Amino acid sequence: MLTMHKDDILVEQLKEDFRIKEGLRACINCGTCTAICPAAGVSDYDPRIVVDTVQEFNENSLTELLKSDTIWMCGECLSCKTRCPRENVPGYVIQALRSLSVKTGLFMESEQGRKQFALKRTIGDHILKYGYCVYIDEVNTNLFPEQGPIWDWFHKNRKEVLERLGGSYEKEQSGALRKIPQESLQNLQKIFDETGATGRFEQIENLAKSNAEKEGIHFDSTNSCAYFKKMYEE
Amino acid sequence: MKELVKKQNWQAYQKEIADDYYYFARSCIRQNVFPAAEEVFLKILSQELGKDIYDDARQTTCTGIAYHSGIIPFETTMTVVAHQFALMNEAGYENFVCSCVTSFGIYSEVLESWKFFPETLQQTRKALKRSTGKEFAIPKNIVHASDVIFKFREQIAARAKFRLINTASGEPLKVVDHIGCHYAKIFPEKGIGGAEYPYVLAGLIDEWGGEQLDYPERRHCCGFGFRQYLLKSNRGYSVANSKKKFDSMRPYKPDLIIANCPGCAFFLDRWQYTIAEMEGTTYGENGYGIPVLTYEELAGLLLGYDPWDMGMQLHQVTVEPVLNKIGIQYNPEEKYKGLNNLDLGKPVMPGKIKCL
Repeated sequence: MLTMHKDDILVEQLKEDFRIKEGLRACINCGTCTAICPAAGVSDYDPRIVVDTVQEFNENSLTELLKSDTIWMCGECLSCKTRCPRENVPGYVIQALRSLSVKTGLFMESEQGRKQFALKRTIGDHILKYGYCVYIDEVNTNLFPEQGPIWDWFHKNRKEVLERLGGSYEKEQSGALRKIPQESLQNLQKIFDETGATGRFEQIENLAKSNAEKEGIHFDSTNSCAYFKKMYEE
Repeated sequence: MKELVKKQNWQAYQKEIADDYYYFARSCIRQNVFPAAEEVFLKILSQELGKDIYDDARQTTCTGIAYHSGIIPFETTMTVVAHQFALMNEAGYENFVCSCVTSFGIYSEVLESWKFFPETLQQTRKALKRSTGKEFAIPKNIVHASDVIFKFREQIAARAKFRLINTASGEPLKVVDHIGCHYAKIFPEKGIGGAEYPYVLAGLIDEWGGEQLDYPERRHCCGFGFRQYLLKSNRGYSVANSKKKFDSMRPYKPDLIIANCPGCAFFLDRWQYTIAEMEGTTYGENGYGIPVLTYEELAGLLLGYDPWDMGMQLHQVTVEPVLNKIGIQYNPEEKYKGLNNLDLGKPVMPGKIKCL
Protein backbone atom coordinates (compact mmCIF):
# COMPACT_ATOMS: atom_id res chain seq x y z
CA MET A 1 0.00 0.00 0.00
CA LEU A 2 1.31 3.43 -0.97
CA THR A 3 1.65 5.73 2.04
CA MET A 4 2.07 9.45 1.72
CA HIS A 5 4.85 11.08 3.73
CA LYS A 6 3.71 13.95 5.98
CA ASP A 7 5.87 16.43 4.05
CA ASP A 8 4.08 15.51 0.85
CA ILE A 9 0.75 16.66 2.16
CA LEU A 10 0.25 20.33 1.40
CA VAL A 11 -2.28 20.84 4.15
CA GLU A 12 0.19 19.58 6.76
CA GLN A 13 2.97 21.75 5.38
CA LEU A 14 0.71 24.80 5.46
CA LYS A 15 -0.31 24.14 9.06
CA GLU A 16 3.34 24.16 10.11
CA ASP A 17 3.78 27.77 8.97
CA PHE A 18 3.40 29.98 12.04
CA ARG A 19 1.78 32.58 9.81
CA ILE A 20 -1.21 30.21 9.59
CA LYS A 21 -1.21 29.72 13.35
CA GLU A 22 -1.46 33.45 13.98
CA GLY A 23 -3.43 34.43 10.89
CA LEU A 24 -6.18 31.82 10.89
CA ARG A 25 -8.46 31.21 13.83
CA ALA A 26 -12.07 30.65 12.81
CA CYS A 27 -13.43 32.66 9.93
CA ILE A 28 -17.14 33.41 10.28
CA ASN A 29 -17.45 34.50 6.66
CA CYS A 30 -18.69 37.98 7.56
CA GLY A 31 -16.83 39.53 4.61
CA THR A 32 -15.43 42.50 6.53
CA CYS A 33 -11.97 41.81 5.08
CA THR A 34 -13.35 41.94 1.56
CA ALA A 35 -15.20 45.18 2.27
CA ILE A 36 -12.00 46.90 3.44
CA CYS A 37 -9.63 45.29 0.90
CA PRO A 38 -8.03 47.64 -1.71
CA ALA A 39 -7.37 44.65 -4.00
CA ALA A 40 -11.03 43.61 -3.88
CA GLY A 41 -11.95 47.14 -4.95
CA VAL A 42 -10.03 46.92 -8.20
CA SER A 43 -10.20 43.20 -9.11
CA ASP A 44 -12.22 40.07 -8.44
CA TYR A 45 -9.99 39.18 -5.50
CA ASP A 46 -11.95 38.13 -2.41
CA PRO A 47 -9.99 37.48 0.82
CA ARG A 48 -13.07 36.01 2.51
CA ILE A 49 -13.18 33.19 -0.03
CA VAL A 50 -9.43 32.60 0.29
CA VAL A 51 -9.63 32.23 4.07
CA ASP A 52 -12.77 30.12 3.87
CA THR A 53 -11.08 27.81 1.38
CA VAL A 54 -7.98 27.46 3.54
CA GLN A 55 -9.92 26.69 6.70
CA GLU A 56 -11.46 23.66 4.97
CA PHE A 57 -7.93 22.17 4.97
CA ASN A 58 -8.85 20.15 1.90
CA GLU A 59 -5.87 18.95 -0.14
CA ASN A 60 -7.53 19.41 -3.52
CA SER A 61 -8.90 22.90 -2.96
CA LEU A 62 -5.61 24.00 -1.36
CA THR A 63 -3.68 22.67 -4.37
CA GLU A 64 -5.91 24.63 -6.71
CA LEU A 65 -5.40 27.77 -4.62
CA LEU A 66 -1.61 27.38 -4.70
CA LYS A 67 -1.74 27.04 -8.49
CA SER A 68 -3.99 30.07 -8.94
CA ASP A 69 -3.49 33.78 -9.65
CA THR A 70 -5.67 34.52 -6.63
CA ILE A 71 -2.95 34.30 -3.98
CA TRP A 72 -0.83 36.86 -5.85
CA MET A 73 -3.51 39.57 -6.01
CA CYS A 74 -3.31 40.73 -2.38
CA GLY A 75 -1.41 44.00 -1.88
CA GLU A 76 -0.24 43.16 1.66
CA CYS A 77 -1.59 46.44 3.06
CA LEU A 78 -2.90 44.35 5.98
CA SER A 79 -5.98 46.53 6.41
CA CYS A 80 -7.74 43.20 7.03
CA LYS A 81 -5.77 42.69 10.25
CA THR A 82 -7.27 45.79 11.83
CA ARG A 83 -10.84 44.98 10.97
CA CYS A 84 -11.45 41.22 11.33
CA PRO A 85 -13.82 40.71 14.28
CA ARG A 86 -12.30 37.27 14.92
CA GLU A 87 -8.65 38.36 14.70
CA ASN A 88 -7.94 36.46 11.52
CA VAL A 89 -5.35 37.98 9.22
CA PRO A 90 -6.04 37.12 5.58
CA GLY A 91 -2.80 38.93 4.64
CA TYR A 92 -0.79 36.51 6.80
CA VAL A 93 -2.66 33.55 5.31
CA ILE A 94 -1.67 34.85 1.88
CA GLN A 95 1.97 35.06 2.96
CA ALA A 96 1.91 31.41 4.02
CA LEU A 97 0.18 30.38 0.78
CA ARG A 98 2.70 32.26 -1.37
CA SER A 99 5.59 30.74 0.52
CA LEU A 100 4.25 27.22 0.04
CA SER A 101 3.43 27.87 -3.60
CA VAL A 102 7.05 28.87 -4.33
CA LYS A 103 8.47 26.05 -2.21
CA THR A 104 6.45 23.42 -4.07
CA GLY A 105 6.90 24.99 -7.50
CA LEU A 106 3.13 25.37 -7.92
CA PHE A 107 3.57 29.12 -8.46
CA MET A 108 4.66 28.32 -12.00
CA GLU A 109 1.13 27.13 -12.77
CA SER A 110 -0.27 30.68 -12.68
CA GLU A 111 0.46 33.76 -14.77
CA GLN A 112 0.89 35.93 -11.66
CA GLY A 113 3.01 33.34 -9.91
CA ARG A 114 5.45 33.16 -12.83
CA LYS A 115 5.98 36.90 -12.44
CA GLN A 116 7.89 36.25 -9.20
CA PHE A 117 10.87 35.88 -11.51
CA ALA A 118 10.76 39.59 -12.44
CA LEU A 119 10.54 40.56 -8.77
CA LYS A 120 13.52 38.36 -7.91
CA ARG A 121 15.52 39.88 -10.77
CA THR A 122 14.81 43.43 -9.52
CA ILE A 123 14.09 43.76 -5.80
CA GLY A 124 15.85 40.52 -4.83
CA ASP A 125 19.03 41.09 -6.82
CA HIS A 126 19.19 44.77 -5.82
CA ILE A 127 19.36 43.82 -2.13
CA LEU A 128 22.42 41.68 -2.68
CA LYS A 129 24.07 44.17 -5.06
CA TYR A 130 23.33 47.48 -3.34
CA GLY A 131 22.14 46.60 0.17
CA TYR A 132 18.69 48.09 -0.48
CA CYS A 133 15.58 46.95 -2.38
CA VAL A 134 15.71 49.94 -4.70
CA TYR A 135 18.73 51.81 -6.08
CA ILE A 136 18.81 54.88 -8.29
CA ASP A 137 21.09 53.39 -10.94
CA GLU A 138 18.51 50.69 -11.73
CA VAL A 139 15.42 52.94 -11.86
CA ASN A 140 14.60 54.54 -15.21
CA THR A 141 11.46 55.82 -16.90
CA ASN A 142 11.43 52.87 -19.29
CA LEU A 143 10.79 50.53 -16.37
CA PHE A 144 8.90 53.17 -14.35
CA PRO A 145 7.34 55.72 -16.73
CA GLU A 146 5.28 57.28 -13.91
CA GLN A 147 8.53 58.59 -12.43
CA GLY A 148 8.03 61.39 -14.92
CA PRO A 149 10.44 63.81 -16.59
CA ILE A 150 11.73 65.04 -13.24
CA TRP A 151 13.25 61.59 -12.73
CA ASP A 152 14.96 61.72 -16.12
CA TRP A 153 16.58 65.01 -15.11
CA PHE A 154 17.55 63.70 -11.66
CA HIS A 155 18.82 60.40 -13.00
CA LYS A 156 20.96 62.13 -15.64
CA ASN A 157 22.41 64.59 -13.10
CA ARG A 158 22.30 62.37 -10.01
CA LYS A 159 25.93 62.83 -9.04
CA GLU A 160 25.72 66.64 -9.09
CA VAL A 161 22.20 66.85 -7.59
CA LEU A 162 23.10 64.52 -4.73
CA GLU A 163 26.23 66.54 -4.08
CA ARG A 164 24.03 69.59 -3.51
CA LEU A 165 21.52 67.67 -1.36
CA GLY A 166 24.15 66.16 0.93
CA GLY A 167 23.88 62.60 -0.40
CA SER A 168 26.74 60.11 -0.42
CA TYR A 169 26.29 58.67 -3.90
CA GLU A 170 29.21 56.38 -4.86
CA LYS A 171 31.00 57.27 -1.62
CA GLU A 172 32.07 54.85 1.09
CA GLN A 173 30.64 56.82 4.00
CA SER A 174 27.31 57.17 5.77
CA GLY A 175 24.47 58.92 3.97
CA ALA A 176 21.83 58.50 1.28
CA LEU A 177 22.62 56.26 -1.71
CA ARG A 178 26.13 55.53 -0.45
CA LYS A 179 28.25 52.60 -1.54
CA ILE A 180 27.49 49.92 1.05
CA PRO A 181 30.55 48.34 2.73
CA GLN A 182 31.49 44.93 1.35
CA GLU A 183 31.19 43.42 4.82
CA SER A 184 27.49 44.35 4.96
CA LEU A 185 26.83 42.94 1.48
CA GLN A 186 28.66 39.73 2.36
CA ASN A 187 26.63 39.41 5.56
CA LEU A 188 23.39 39.83 3.60
CA GLN A 189 24.50 37.10 1.19
CA LYS A 190 25.41 34.77 4.06
CA ILE A 191 22.06 35.42 5.76
CA PHE A 192 20.24 34.72 2.48
CA ASP A 193 22.21 31.46 2.10
CA GLU A 194 21.50 30.41 5.69
CA THR A 195 17.79 31.21 5.85
CA GLY A 196 16.48 29.92 2.54
CA ALA A 197 16.29 33.06 0.40
CA THR A 198 19.11 31.94 -1.87
CA GLY A 199 17.41 28.58 -2.33
CA ARG A 200 14.16 30.33 -3.16
CA PHE A 201 15.95 32.55 -5.69
CA GLU A 202 17.50 29.48 -7.33
CA GLN A 203 14.11 27.79 -7.47
CA ILE A 204 12.58 30.84 -9.16
CA GLU A 205 15.48 31.19 -11.64
CA ASN A 206 15.63 27.49 -12.55
CA LEU A 207 11.90 27.11 -13.12
CA ALA A 208 11.79 30.38 -15.10
CA LYS A 209 14.59 29.15 -17.35
CA SER A 210 12.79 25.85 -17.98
CA ASN A 211 9.59 27.71 -18.74
CA ALA A 212 11.35 30.08 -21.14
CA GLU A 213 12.87 27.12 -23.00
CA LYS A 214 9.49 25.43 -23.15
CA GLU A 215 7.86 28.54 -24.56
CA GLY A 216 10.78 29.34 -26.87
CA ILE A 217 11.44 32.76 -25.33
CA HIS A 218 15.00 34.09 -25.06
CA PHE A 219 16.33 33.84 -21.52
CA ASP A 220 19.65 35.02 -20.12
CA SER A 221 21.13 36.55 -16.99
CA THR A 222 20.31 40.14 -17.94
CA ASN A 223 17.08 42.05 -17.53
CA SER A 224 17.12 42.94 -21.21
CA CYS A 225 16.17 39.37 -22.15
CA ALA A 226 12.74 38.78 -23.68
CA TYR A 227 11.60 36.53 -20.83
CA PHE A 228 12.19 39.21 -18.19
CA LYS A 229 10.34 41.76 -20.30
CA LYS A 230 7.38 39.41 -20.70
CA MET A 231 7.18 38.67 -16.97
CA TYR A 232 7.63 42.31 -15.96
CA GLU A 233 5.39 44.03 -18.49
CA GLU A 234 2.76 41.74 -19.97
CA MET B 1 -15.23 63.82 34.78
CA LYS B 2 -15.82 63.69 31.04
CA GLU B 3 -12.40 65.26 30.43
CA LEU B 4 -10.76 62.79 32.82
CA VAL B 5 -12.30 59.82 31.02
CA LYS B 6 -11.24 61.30 27.70
CA LYS B 7 -7.70 61.73 28.99
CA GLN B 8 -7.60 58.18 30.33
CA ASN B 9 -8.92 56.78 27.07
CA TRP B 10 -6.38 58.77 25.09
CA GLN B 11 -3.55 57.28 27.17
CA ALA B 12 -4.27 53.95 25.49
CA TYR B 13 -3.36 55.51 22.17
CA GLN B 14 0.04 56.85 23.25
CA LYS B 15 3.41 55.16 22.84
CA GLU B 16 6.83 55.45 24.34
CA ILE B 17 9.25 57.46 22.23
CA ALA B 18 12.84 57.68 23.45
CA ASP B 19 14.10 61.15 24.25
CA ASP B 20 17.64 60.86 22.87
CA TYR B 21 20.45 58.55 21.61
CA TYR B 22 18.98 57.09 18.45
CA TYR B 23 20.28 54.60 15.88
CA PHE B 24 18.89 55.69 12.50
CA ALA B 25 17.82 53.20 9.80
CA ARG B 26 17.35 54.55 6.28
CA SER B 27 14.56 53.72 3.87
CA CYS B 28 15.04 51.98 0.50
CA ILE B 29 12.52 54.25 -1.23
CA ARG B 30 12.95 57.54 0.65
CA GLN B 31 16.68 57.87 -0.05
CA ASN B 32 16.08 57.36 -3.76
CA VAL B 33 12.98 59.42 -4.38
CA PHE B 34 13.30 62.14 -1.71
CA PRO B 35 17.05 61.87 -1.12
CA ALA B 36 17.41 64.97 1.06
CA ALA B 37 14.47 64.17 3.38
CA GLU B 38 16.54 61.92 5.65
CA GLU B 39 19.35 64.50 5.76
CA VAL B 40 16.76 67.09 6.87
CA PHE B 41 15.57 64.74 9.61
CA LEU B 42 19.13 64.21 10.85
CA LYS B 43 19.80 67.96 10.72
CA ILE B 44 16.67 68.77 12.73
CA LEU B 45 17.51 66.15 15.35
CA SER B 46 21.18 66.99 15.74
CA GLN B 47 21.37 70.71 15.00
CA GLU B 48 17.96 72.07 16.02
CA LEU B 49 17.20 69.75 18.93
CA GLY B 50 20.72 68.79 20.01
CA LYS B 51 20.04 65.04 19.97
CA ASP B 52 22.51 62.23 19.45
CA ILE B 53 21.51 60.25 16.35
CA TYR B 54 23.84 57.81 14.61
CA ASP B 55 23.79 57.26 10.84
CA ASP B 56 25.64 53.97 10.33
CA ALA B 57 27.31 53.34 6.95
CA ARG B 58 27.01 49.57 7.58
CA GLN B 59 23.21 49.44 7.87
CA THR B 60 21.11 47.84 5.11
CA THR B 61 17.53 47.29 3.99
CA CYS B 62 15.19 45.41 6.34
CA THR B 63 14.06 43.41 3.24
CA GLY B 64 10.41 44.33 3.88
CA ILE B 65 9.59 45.05 0.25
CA ALA B 66 11.04 41.69 -0.83
CA TYR B 67 9.18 39.88 1.93
CA HIS B 68 5.82 41.48 1.17
CA SER B 69 6.38 40.74 -2.53
CA GLY B 70 6.73 37.03 -1.70
CA ILE B 71 10.28 36.46 -2.94
CA ILE B 72 12.05 35.77 0.38
CA PRO B 73 11.03 33.76 3.45
CA PHE B 74 10.18 35.49 6.74
CA GLU B 75 13.14 33.68 8.30
CA THR B 76 15.43 35.76 6.08
CA THR B 77 13.71 38.99 7.08
CA MET B 78 13.91 38.12 10.78
CA THR B 79 17.64 37.44 10.48
CA VAL B 80 18.35 40.64 8.51
CA VAL B 81 16.43 42.55 11.18
CA ALA B 82 18.56 40.81 13.82
CA HIS B 83 21.66 41.89 11.86
CA GLN B 84 20.47 45.51 11.98
CA PHE B 85 20.03 45.18 15.76
CA ALA B 86 23.53 43.71 16.05
CA LEU B 87 24.96 46.71 14.19
CA MET B 88 23.06 49.02 16.56
CA ASN B 89 24.44 47.12 19.58
CA GLU B 90 27.99 47.38 18.22
CA ALA B 91 27.55 51.14 17.77
CA GLY B 92 26.48 51.42 21.41
CA TYR B 93 22.84 52.48 20.92
CA GLU B 94 19.56 51.07 22.30
CA ASN B 95 16.88 53.20 20.60
CA PHE B 96 16.08 52.29 16.99
CA VAL B 97 14.49 54.85 14.64
CA CYS B 98 13.49 53.81 11.14
CA SER B 99 12.71 56.08 8.23
CA CYS B 100 10.21 53.80 6.51
CA VAL B 101 6.68 52.75 7.45
CA THR B 102 7.09 49.35 5.79
CA SER B 103 10.22 48.87 7.90
CA PHE B 104 8.40 50.02 11.03
CA GLY B 105 5.75 47.37 10.31
CA ILE B 106 8.46 44.77 9.70
CA TYR B 107 10.35 45.53 12.91
CA SER B 108 7.09 45.46 14.88
CA GLU B 109 6.02 42.23 13.19
CA VAL B 110 9.35 40.53 13.88
CA LEU B 111 9.23 41.52 17.56
CA GLU B 112 5.67 40.21 17.86
CA SER B 113 6.66 36.95 16.19
CA TRP B 114 9.58 36.52 18.58
CA LYS B 115 7.27 37.26 21.51
CA PHE B 116 4.45 34.87 20.60
CA PHE B 117 6.59 32.21 18.90
CA PRO B 118 9.76 32.21 21.05
CA GLU B 119 11.23 29.38 19.01
CA THR B 120 11.53 31.83 16.09
CA LEU B 121 13.71 34.10 18.23
CA GLN B 122 16.00 31.21 19.08
CA GLN B 123 16.13 30.13 15.43
CA THR B 124 16.97 33.69 14.40
CA ARG B 125 19.76 33.98 16.97
CA LYS B 126 21.27 30.74 15.71
CA ALA B 127 20.89 31.74 12.04
CA LEU B 128 22.59 35.12 12.61
CA LYS B 129 25.41 33.55 14.60
CA ARG B 130 26.02 30.81 12.03
CA SER B 131 25.94 33.17 9.06
CA THR B 132 27.73 36.28 10.39
CA GLY B 133 29.15 35.35 13.80
CA LYS B 134 27.07 38.15 15.35
CA GLU B 135 24.81 38.23 18.39
CA PHE B 136 22.20 40.83 19.19
CA ALA B 137 20.06 42.41 21.87
CA ILE B 138 16.55 43.67 21.13
CA PRO B 139 16.33 47.50 21.16
CA LYS B 140 14.76 49.18 24.17
CA ASN B 141 12.69 51.42 21.94
CA ILE B 142 11.66 51.15 18.27
CA VAL B 143 9.84 54.04 16.61
CA HIS B 144 9.23 55.54 13.21
CA ALA B 145 11.08 58.78 12.42
CA SER B 146 7.79 60.70 12.32
CA ASP B 147 7.16 59.65 15.94
CA VAL B 148 10.28 61.57 16.92
CA ILE B 149 9.18 64.65 14.97
CA PHE B 150 5.78 64.33 16.70
CA LYS B 151 7.45 64.12 20.11
CA PHE B 152 9.35 67.33 19.48
CA ARG B 153 6.66 69.14 17.48
CA GLU B 154 6.33 71.94 20.04
CA GLN B 155 10.08 72.58 20.11
CA ILE B 156 10.10 72.63 16.31
CA ALA B 157 7.17 75.07 16.30
CA ALA B 158 9.05 77.32 18.72
CA ARG B 159 12.00 77.50 16.33
CA ALA B 160 9.94 77.73 13.11
CA LYS B 161 10.02 80.81 10.89
CA PHE B 162 6.71 79.95 9.21
CA ARG B 163 3.38 78.39 10.09
CA LEU B 164 0.78 76.50 8.11
CA ILE B 165 -1.15 79.68 7.51
CA ASN B 166 -2.13 81.20 4.20
CA THR B 167 -0.38 84.57 4.47
CA ALA B 168 -2.78 86.15 1.97
CA SER B 169 -5.99 85.19 3.75
CA GLY B 170 -4.76 84.55 7.29
CA GLU B 171 -6.62 81.23 7.21
CA PRO B 172 -5.07 77.88 8.22
CA LEU B 173 -3.95 75.74 5.29
CA LYS B 174 -6.12 72.71 4.67
CA VAL B 175 -3.85 69.70 5.02
CA VAL B 176 -4.46 66.05 4.13
CA ASP B 177 -2.51 63.59 6.26
CA HIS B 178 -1.70 60.14 4.89
CA ILE B 179 -0.39 57.75 7.54
CA GLY B 180 0.47 54.63 5.53
CA CYS B 181 -1.14 51.26 6.25
CA HIS B 182 1.79 49.61 8.03
CA TYR B 183 2.18 52.42 10.58
CA ALA B 184 -0.84 51.44 12.70
CA LYS B 185 -3.16 49.07 10.84
CA ILE B 186 -1.05 45.99 11.65
CA PHE B 187 -0.32 46.87 15.27
CA PRO B 188 -2.63 49.74 16.31
CA GLU B 189 -1.05 49.95 19.77
CA LYS B 190 2.31 50.81 18.20
CA GLY B 191 1.08 53.94 16.42
CA ILE B 192 0.26 57.29 18.01
CA GLY B 193 -3.54 57.41 18.06
CA GLY B 194 -3.84 53.77 16.95
CA ALA B 195 -5.60 52.73 13.77
CA GLU B 196 -8.82 54.60 14.60
CA TYR B 197 -7.42 58.05 15.47
CA PRO B 198 -3.91 58.19 14.01
CA TYR B 199 -2.44 61.43 15.28
CA VAL B 200 1.21 61.26 14.30
CA LEU B 201 0.80 63.67 11.37
CA ALA B 202 -2.47 65.29 12.47
CA GLY B 203 -0.63 66.40 15.61
CA LEU B 204 1.94 68.19 13.46
CA ILE B 205 -0.82 69.93 11.50
CA ASP B 206 -2.54 71.04 14.72
CA GLU B 207 0.68 72.24 16.35
CA TRP B 208 2.04 74.01 13.30
CA GLY B 209 -1.10 76.05 12.57
CA GLY B 210 -2.88 74.12 9.83
CA GLU B 211 -6.32 72.57 9.63
CA GLN B 212 -6.76 68.80 9.35
CA LEU B 213 -8.79 67.87 6.31
CA ASP B 214 -11.16 64.96 6.77
CA TYR B 215 -12.53 63.18 3.71
CA PRO B 216 -14.23 59.84 3.07
CA GLU B 217 -11.19 57.87 1.87
CA ARG B 218 -8.76 59.38 4.41
CA ARG B 219 -7.64 55.98 5.69
CA HIS B 220 -7.60 54.16 2.36
CA CYS B 221 -4.34 52.64 1.13
CA CYS B 222 -2.24 54.63 -1.38
CA GLY B 223 -2.12 51.47 -3.49
CA PHE B 224 1.53 50.40 -3.26
CA GLY B 225 0.60 46.74 -3.04
CA PHE B 226 4.31 45.75 -3.25
CA ARG B 227 4.28 43.26 -6.16
CA GLN B 228 1.29 45.13 -7.60
CA TYR B 229 3.31 48.33 -8.13
CA LEU B 230 6.68 46.72 -8.68
CA LEU B 231 5.49 44.85 -11.77
CA LYS B 232 4.67 47.13 -14.67
CA SER B 233 1.84 44.82 -15.72
CA ASN B 234 0.11 45.17 -12.33
CA ARG B 235 0.46 48.89 -11.77
CA GLY B 236 -3.21 49.66 -12.47
CA TYR B 237 -3.90 48.46 -8.91
CA SER B 238 -1.70 51.20 -7.53
CA VAL B 239 -2.89 54.15 -9.59
CA ALA B 240 -6.55 53.15 -9.15
CA ASN B 241 -6.28 53.23 -5.36
CA SER B 242 -4.49 56.59 -5.32
CA LYS B 243 -7.09 57.98 -7.71
CA LYS B 244 -9.82 56.83 -5.34
CA LYS B 245 -8.22 59.01 -2.67
CA PHE B 246 -7.66 62.04 -4.92
CA ASP B 247 -11.26 61.95 -6.16
CA SER B 248 -12.46 61.72 -2.56
CA MET B 249 -10.33 64.61 -1.24
CA ARG B 250 -10.77 66.96 -4.20
CA PRO B 251 -14.12 68.53 -3.15
CA TYR B 252 -12.48 69.68 0.11
CA LYS B 253 -9.82 71.65 -1.78
CA PRO B 254 -6.64 70.61 0.06
CA ASP B 255 -3.67 72.97 -0.04
CA LEU B 256 -1.21 70.24 0.80
CA ILE B 257 -0.79 66.49 1.39
CA ILE B 258 1.71 65.27 3.97
CA ALA B 259 2.70 61.63 4.06
CA ASN B 260 4.27 59.38 6.66
CA CYS B 261 5.55 56.60 4.46
CA PRO B 262 8.11 57.18 1.71
CA GLY B 263 6.23 54.93 -0.69
CA CYS B 264 2.94 56.72 -0.07
CA ALA B 265 4.56 60.14 -0.57
CA PHE B 266 6.01 58.90 -3.85
CA PHE B 267 2.74 57.46 -5.14
CA LEU B 268 0.62 60.44 -4.13
CA ASP B 269 3.10 62.66 -6.01
CA ARG B 270 3.75 60.61 -9.13
CA TRP B 271 0.24 59.25 -9.70
CA GLN B 272 -1.06 62.82 -9.91
CA TYR B 273 1.29 63.33 -12.85
CA THR B 274 0.24 59.98 -14.35
CA ILE B 275 -3.49 60.61 -13.98
CA ALA B 276 -3.03 63.99 -15.67
CA GLU B 277 -1.20 62.32 -18.55
CA MET B 278 -3.79 59.53 -18.78
CA GLU B 279 -7.00 61.50 -18.62
CA GLY B 280 -6.13 65.19 -18.22
CA THR B 281 -7.38 65.42 -14.63
CA THR B 282 -5.48 67.65 -12.19
CA TYR B 283 -6.34 67.97 -8.52
CA GLY B 284 -4.75 71.25 -7.43
CA GLU B 285 -5.59 74.84 -8.29
CA ASN B 286 -5.11 76.35 -11.75
CA GLY B 287 -3.90 73.17 -13.43
CA TYR B 288 -1.29 72.33 -10.78
CA GLY B 289 -1.34 69.21 -8.64
CA ILE B 290 -1.76 69.10 -4.86
CA PRO B 291 1.78 69.43 -3.44
CA VAL B 292 2.91 66.34 -1.52
CA LEU B 293 5.49 66.66 1.25
CA THR B 294 7.08 64.25 3.65
CA TYR B 295 6.90 65.20 7.35
CA GLU B 296 10.63 66.04 7.49
CA GLU B 297 10.37 68.23 4.40
CA LEU B 298 7.45 70.11 5.95
CA ALA B 299 9.35 70.60 9.21
CA GLY B 300 12.42 71.80 7.28
CA LEU B 301 10.40 74.28 5.25
CA LEU B 302 8.74 75.74 8.35
CA LEU B 303 12.17 76.00 9.99
CA GLY B 304 13.26 78.13 7.04
CA TYR B 305 15.56 75.74 5.18
CA ASP B 306 16.06 76.48 1.49
CA PRO B 307 13.53 74.40 -0.52
CA TRP B 308 16.02 73.55 -3.26
CA ASP B 309 18.71 72.44 -0.80
CA MET B 310 16.04 70.09 0.61
CA GLY B 311 15.34 68.50 -2.78
CA MET B 312 11.87 69.97 -3.29
CA GLN B 313 12.70 70.22 -7.01
CA LEU B 314 12.65 66.40 -7.20
CA HIS B 315 8.89 66.24 -6.62
CA GLN B 316 7.03 65.80 -9.90
CA VAL B 317 4.11 67.83 -8.53
CA THR B 318 5.33 71.42 -8.28
CA VAL B 319 5.53 72.62 -4.68
CA GLU B 320 5.63 76.39 -5.35
CA PRO B 321 1.85 76.91 -4.83
CA VAL B 322 2.13 75.88 -1.17
CA LEU B 323 5.44 77.74 -0.67
CA ASN B 324 3.74 80.89 -1.93
CA LYS B 325 0.76 80.44 0.39
CA ILE B 326 3.01 79.98 3.44
CA GLY B 327 5.16 82.93 2.37
CA ILE B 328 8.40 81.01 1.98
CA GLN B 329 10.97 82.92 -0.04
CA TYR B 330 12.89 81.05 -2.75
CA ASN B 331 14.93 81.80 -5.84
CA PRO B 332 13.36 80.14 -8.91
CA GLU B 333 16.67 80.46 -10.77
CA GLU B 334 18.39 78.16 -8.27
CA LYS B 335 15.81 75.37 -8.46
CA TYR B 336 17.57 73.14 -10.95
CA LYS B 337 21.17 74.10 -10.17
CA GLY B 338 23.89 71.92 -8.71
CA LEU B 339 26.33 72.83 -5.98
CA ASN B 340 27.87 76.31 -6.40
CA ASN B 341 25.21 77.23 -8.95
CA LEU B 342 26.35 74.56 -11.43
CA ASP B 343 24.10 74.63 -14.50
CA LEU B 344 22.37 71.24 -14.90
CA GLY B 345 19.82 72.24 -17.52
CA LYS B 346 16.12 71.85 -16.80
CA PRO B 347 13.75 68.89 -16.84
CA VAL B 348 11.17 68.53 -19.59
CA MET B 349 7.86 69.96 -18.40
CA PRO B 350 4.87 67.57 -18.49
CA GLY B 351 2.10 68.41 -20.93
CA LYS B 352 -1.04 67.94 -18.83
CA ILE B 353 -0.19 69.00 -15.28
CA LYS B 354 1.24 72.48 -14.72
CA CYS B 355 4.81 72.40 -13.41
CA LEU B 356 7.50 75.00 -12.88
